[in-house]
Amino acid sequence: MKDDRPVYLNLFQYKWPLVAIASILHRVSGVGVFFGTGVLLFLLQASLESQSSFDSLRAGFQSPSLKILVWLIISGLIYHLLAGVKHLVMDWGLGEDLRSAHFASQLTLVLAAVCCLLVGVWLW
Amino acid sequence: MVSSATNFSRSGLSDWLIQRVSAVVLGLYFLVLSWVFFSSPDLEFAEWSQLFDGLSMKIATSLALLALCAHSWIGMWTVATDYLTRSHFGKHGTGLRLGFLCLCVFMIFVYLVWGFQIVWSI
Repeated sequence: MKDDRPVYLNLFQYKWPLVAIASILHRVSGVGVFFGTGVLLFLLQASLESQSSFDSLRAGFQSPSLKILVWLIISGLIYHLLAGVKHLVMDWGLGEDLRSAHFASQLTLVLAAVCCLLVGVWLW
Repeated sequence: MVSSATNFSRSGLSDWLIQRVSAVVLGLYFLVLSWVFFSSPDLEFAEWSQLFDGLSMKIATSLALLALCAHSWIGMWTVATDYLTRSHFGKHGTGLRLGFLCLCVFMIFVYLVWGFQIVWSI
């Protein structure tokens, strides 16, 4: 890959319209969920190994640190999924103009916030 | 055509399609699991392990694991080739990117083998 081409990219001087925030969050959540998958596999293993490991996992869930970690990973998953659906809709050719894209980003962010809140309520 | 030594399928168009197909697989798997959690809030070990004991769930989880491998490789590759570059990190950019992508490959391999071991040892 030729990556010595001149690029001006100073993230601190960028304007961040809503569509850009929605887009970068899709990437951030994707990277986060990728690393969080290890935690999810660990939880799956502990939940399926035996009755006693299931019980100790349930007891471990009383601690707020595990709850917060799991909530963060699930929130990342939810956002990544919703932003991904937005991507698929746009791939279909729907909502590609600026106004609809802005609305789609708003919708994605609000829906994700509501879902993450609901998951938080459900966890606690 | 995008051609690069490190992308998933040596073709940008093919990567684009695989990314979307694997996304749909992962999305459906996530919805199924969410439905299980929300429909039975007091999930017990017996129900939970019985669910994963079924062949259809084993196949679905294996499929989701394979989709995860392709999806996360394409995603991490896209992010790495955008940000871990020589224009951002000077002459160390290429080495940094390759090192990061090697870490990703290693983690994807571990996820795959570990995940299959969990699913098929029940």
